[in-house]
Amino acid sequence: MNRVKRIGVLLGFLLSFSAWGGALKIEITQGVSSAQPIAIIPFSTAQVVGGVWVDVAQIISDDLARSGRFKPLPRLDMLNKPSSAAQVNFRNWQALGQDNLVVGKILPAANGRLTVQFQLFDVYKGEQLTGFSVPANSASLRAAAHRISDLIYEKLTGQKGAFSTRIAYVTSAHGVNGKAEYKIQVADADGFGSKTIVTSSEPVMSPAWSPRGDKLSYVSYEGRRSSIYTQTLRSGQREKLRSFKGINGAPAWSPDGSQLALTLSKDGSADIYVYNVISRSFRRLTRSYAIDTEPSWSPDGRQIIFTSDRGGKPQIYRISANGGKAARLTFEGVYNARASYSPDGKHVIMVHRVNGQYRIASLELATGFTNILSNGSLDESPSYAPNGSMILYSTSDGLKTILAAVSSDGKVRQKLRLQGGDVREPAWSPFKQY
Amino acid sequence: MKTYQKLLASLCLSSALAGCSMFGGDEQAGGSTAINGSNGGASTTGLNGADNFTGHPLDNPASPLATKVIYFAFDSSAVEPQYEAVLAAHGAYLAANNGVAVIVEGHADERGTREYNVALSEKRAKTVQNLLSLQGAAGNQAEAVALGEEKPVVLGHEEKSWRLNRRVELIYPAH
Repeated sequence: MNRVKRIGVLLGFLLSFSAWGGALKIEITQGVSSAQPIAIIPFSTAQVVGGVWVDVAQIISDDLARSGRFKPLPRLDMLNKPSSAAQVNFRNWQALGQDNLVVGKILPAANGRLTVQFQLFDVYKGEQLTGFSVPANSASLRAAAHRISDLIYEKLTGQKGAFSTRIAYVTSAHGVNGKAEYKIQVADADGFGSKTIVTSSEPVMSPAWSPRGDKLSYVSYEGRRSSIYTQTLRSGQREKLRSFKGINGAPAWSPDGSQLALTLSKDGSADIYVYNVISRSFRRLTRSYAIDTEPSWSPDGRQIIFTSDRGGKPQIYRISANGGKAARLTFEGVYNARASYSPDGKHVIMVHRVNGQYRIASLELATGFTNILSNGSLDESPSYAPNGSMILYSTSDGLKTILAAVSSDGKVRQKLRLQGGDVREPAWSPFKQY
Repeated sequence: MKTYQKLLASLCLSSALAGCSMFGGDEQAGGSTAINGSNGGASTTGLNGADNFTGHPLDNPASPLATKVIYFAFDSSAVEPQYEAVLAAHGAYLAANNGVAVIVEGHADERGTREYNVALSEKRAKTVQNLLSLQGAAGNQAEAVALGEEKPVVLGHEEKSWRLNRRVELIYPAH
């Protein structure tokens, strides 16, 4: 297996492929030369679903390529296309320089359902590393493909895959009558299958996932004043949180789903409050004359970090979720805002101003070391994949706003473009609950 | 207290704004400089109907009331001296017409984070709201609304555009 670490970075291009699903087109703009070669053979009997050809092997291949850690073999370079272990001649794949090989097939199951079978091999040892049968139906073949990507990724990297997750984001465009149209949409992590969950003629912002991934909270200015709503994705039903005079903003769910941190300015300046979902009561967490906003919970739910300009410029502070005295976390630069924890709690990502440019930076909590990850001038709204591998954020592209992603080590970069409008404030969902 | 404020406001107006600042104490000097300038002094006469304008006072181009948008410096909520006469006139107008309501809508440029910009734009709106009430506008006449960077008037990633987006708009819904 390829365990040689070549640290070189191929700037400019590695792969360019489309993951068209209507809304977002993903393009890898920077990859790593240490990506592992893997051959993913087209699965036998690919199914026709609703008139659309679902190419399971291609979806898996795109997923793995997008992670930046794998370099799938182009189909034109495949000498043959086995669909079971018996048909595999490992020496052929060794000659093609492949570390791993995936074969699979889609079989009919009872009651019109399908079974997707796959096997992952180590080409050099000639051994099966893993193999599963994933149940599906014609409408869930894409989901089955992402599930297989997760299993392959976890087997080969030791890290849980995040291909079965979703992303939420805000779009804005001018509608047919020239009026602005603001939307919150939810799509698969590969940009496919976007669905609009709310449309408004007034701004919507700050989408925040519940820890189970079944609800989104967001801010809406419908009626010209801000309110926080929590919407159940499956039903589309939503509940308006009690709103107050002034700001009702920046919702953030506690990891256990029992509380929502948010920003209110009902008592003067913007302060952090915590709403208890069960008792439906609010408690005030910060009391300053300055701006306190953009709360985010630590993974263990014990701390909340937030932006405050109490020292004159916006910086990140940390406070116990039970209240008390806030301590300043950031000291590098004159502008640090909208911080959130990495899933392992070891880093904090934020918007960091450097030489007049707004970039996504990662602060290592143990050392205080700040690492700048993005390279735009107006980058904002960073959001970690639930496995910590990638960070999604928004960036400007001419006069448009698009999404971009960067691996947490800064080596792999992607752009996600939306046709005909701006896309911003990405929020990566938690892991799918099986 | 309210009567006193109104009296003070009308005194300010009748003295043709000469040396009358919305700020007390140390700010006095900075305030009066702007108000004595040709813009502030000349245009305020429109409010009292002294010129030939017969339309609604809020539409009189010769009046500071015609100005309904004021602009701010980056990451700042301080009202610049050239807008003091404008806000004094709006405050006095509200004080004289206590059935009139105004929405004080704060905005920010695109730089920095969105929710922080909401809070910054609220700070701007509240500064303006306070200045209006200093002229005698009642608390329930002016409502501060904070839109952050969500509704820019100009798209563009340079100071020319940013300058126009860092603003507070005075919106009279009934007008």
